[in-house]
Amino acid sequence: MLRFFIRRVLLAVLTLFAVSVTTFLLFFAAPTSPAATMCGSKVCSNDQIVRITKNLGLDRPLPVQYAEYMKGIFVGRDVGLGTDTIHCPAPCLGVSFRNNLPVLSILSHGFPITISIVLGGAVIWLSLGLFLGTTAALRRGNSVDRFAVGFSLVGASMQIYVLGLILISVFVYGLGWLPRPGYTSLFDNPLLWIEGMLLPWITLGFINSAAYTRLSRAQMLETLSEDFVRTARSKGASRRTVNYRHALRAAITPIVTIFGIDLGANLGGVVITETTFNMQGVGRIAVNAIGNLNLPVVMATVLIAATFIVVANVVVDMLYAVIDPRVRLS
Amino acid sequence: MANAKHAQDSGPYLQVKDLRVSFATEDGVVRAVDGVTFSVERGKTLGIVGESGSGKSVTSMAIMGLHNRKRTTMSGELLVDGQDIIQLPEERIRKLRGHAMSMIFQDPLTALHPYYTIGRQIIEAYQIHHPEANKAKSRTRAIEMLDRVGIPQPNRRVDQYSHEFSGGMRQRAMIAMALVNNPDLIIADEPTTALDVTVQAQILDLIEDLQKEFNSAVIIITHDLGVVSQTADEVLVMYAGRVAEFGTAEQVLKAPQHPYAWGLLSSVPSLTGDAEEDLVPIKGNPPSLINVPSGCAFHPRCRYAMLEGGPCDIEVPQLLPLQAPGESYHLVACHLSERHRKEVYEQDVASVGVAQ
Repeated sequence: MLRFFIRRVLLAVLTLFAVSVTTFLLFFAAPTSPAATMCGSKVCSNDQIVRITKNLGLDRPLPVQYAEYMKGIFVGRDVGLGTDTIHCPAPCLGVSFRNNLPVLSILSHGFPITISIVLGGAVIWLSLGLFLGTTAALRRGNSVDRFAVGFSLVGASMQIYVLGLILISVFVYGLGWLPRPGYTSLFDNPLLWIEGMLLPWITLGFINSAAYTRLSRAQMLETLSEDFVRTARSKGASRRTVNYRHALRAAITPIVTIFGIDLGANLGGVVITETTFNMQGVGRIAVNAIGNLNLPVVMATVLIAATFIVVANVVVDMLYAVIDPRVRLS
Repeated sequence: MANAKHAQDSGPYLQVKDLRVSFATEDGVVRAVDGVTFSVERGKTLGIVGESGSGKSVTSMAIMGLHNRKRTTMSGELLVDGQDIIQLPEERIRKLRGHAMSMIFQDPLTALHPYYTIGRQIIEAYQIHHPEANKAKSRTRAIEMLDRVGIPQPNRRVDQYSHEFSGGMRQRAMIAMALVNNPDLIIADEPTTALDVTVQAQILDLIEDLQKEFNSAVIIITHDLGVVSQTADEVLVMYAGRVAEFGTAEQVLKAPQHPYAWGLLSSVPSLTGDAEEDLVPIKGNPPSLINVPSGCAFHPRCRYAMLEGGPCDIEVPQLLPLQAPGESYHLVACHLSERHRKEVYEQDVASVGVAQ
């Protein structure tokens, strides 16, 4: 069991290393020279470009630059030479080309927003999806089931920006029940946080719950036909015990897996939701950075998003061992 | 509770009268059981034999009241200790299930829950019918049952999961769970099919021992005539949802009357027979239960069927007692005359497979 975890974590570290190398190379594959971007103005002389290139250390061999970047993450580093030097404390993910701020301080404004959106949405999509899917499977063929199937079809074909805008126009401008969506820190004012986040949560939650409804319905139907469910019935267990303690318990395992990975992937940025509700989350920061070729920011967001997914995977694997005793042995 | 379990002490514990079970499917109505009558007394074992799709498992599920009532049409009577399962409300059947009647399933690997310990599953079975029992008492009872079914170190095994058990041990655990409430009726549906041959006999012995101890009525459902000869007092041969033959184990195995029973016997190798001798399988496949052949359902596969204007493909044969003296308990549903059957059996069948 312990060895399984250690192996799993080592593998995760290796994955992250590969991701960091890839993103780093991407930096140089971009259709523009970082120095030219940094220089900014159209009338950038060759001299200036050479100076900036030297200043940023872009003329040094790739492995050296990569080592420097990694060093920054763990102990911090100084970017640039002479008077232009910017100190970037650990964990340093580079310095923005645009405003010379450490990338992390830019992203640190985006993460609370993205995390707020995703966690609230995840609560909705998981509970709604599980509830609808399970109920549909238990009443297979009747109206609840047909509703759930229809619901997941609508959810799957609906777009976040359509649903989001409809909700805004109805609840904010039409009925006036909610203020315009916006982010307030949970720690400053919990009530405003909820009010401002409610519509993004509902939108993201509804869209994602479609897949969870379908998945839990299918899983539950499959489990209900398992022999051990019949055994539970033959023992005289009540319908409730059979359905939930025996069937749902077994059906939930793959749902946990997908949920963990979805959560990790979403935390890396939910661009469409953020854009629809005009919130400066990580996703939007990344898209803007791509638009104006601010490569350090792009790199940092890719690296962080990848880290979320890798970590989510490890957590899911560990959870798996808790849920399924058969995993503990192997 | 004792009263609920022993409402009526006279007569056979289980009586099945003209049971019919059918399911409506998209392709048509599946007549899985079509007029089956039998009974089992306490302390006796009935073997139900037939190929897959003969209706034997459906019959056992019906006795346990496990069919989905919305999708199943059932008629006839299913008297367990005088109470008709077909008429009883689900909640009353639930109280009988696992308590008055219990089922041992074919494949213990899939029939036991993979995520709960063996002990927890046995404790659950006990507590459902003994809500007053506390955890410690139920656990003691579970360990006691594991010990009773011959699982070594029951104190340790009780906390293990089914994947940590071997096949035979798993089936023992399944039996412990089925018998934890001392049921009066035990239905074992192919209890040894998933097990090694070496373990089969042990499991059958165990079931027999426990039956003696609790004086239960037992139904063993199987396609394995070896299992039947080892355990059953009486044998019911089913084909396409109907009874083809019924009698004591001796009658059915030593002097089978139905060509289908002959087929079953001639397709099993004998230990004492000539190893070079070919077995004679029953040709063809069991019929679709949506489109059961007219007349005798077995006629398309029967070597002796009387077809040219004969009754076999037109009229369903009745299940009638044999005419021969002393054989009135032996029932068969076949149009062939008793004398004809005797001749054919001696000529063609008696020399093949275990029929020898």
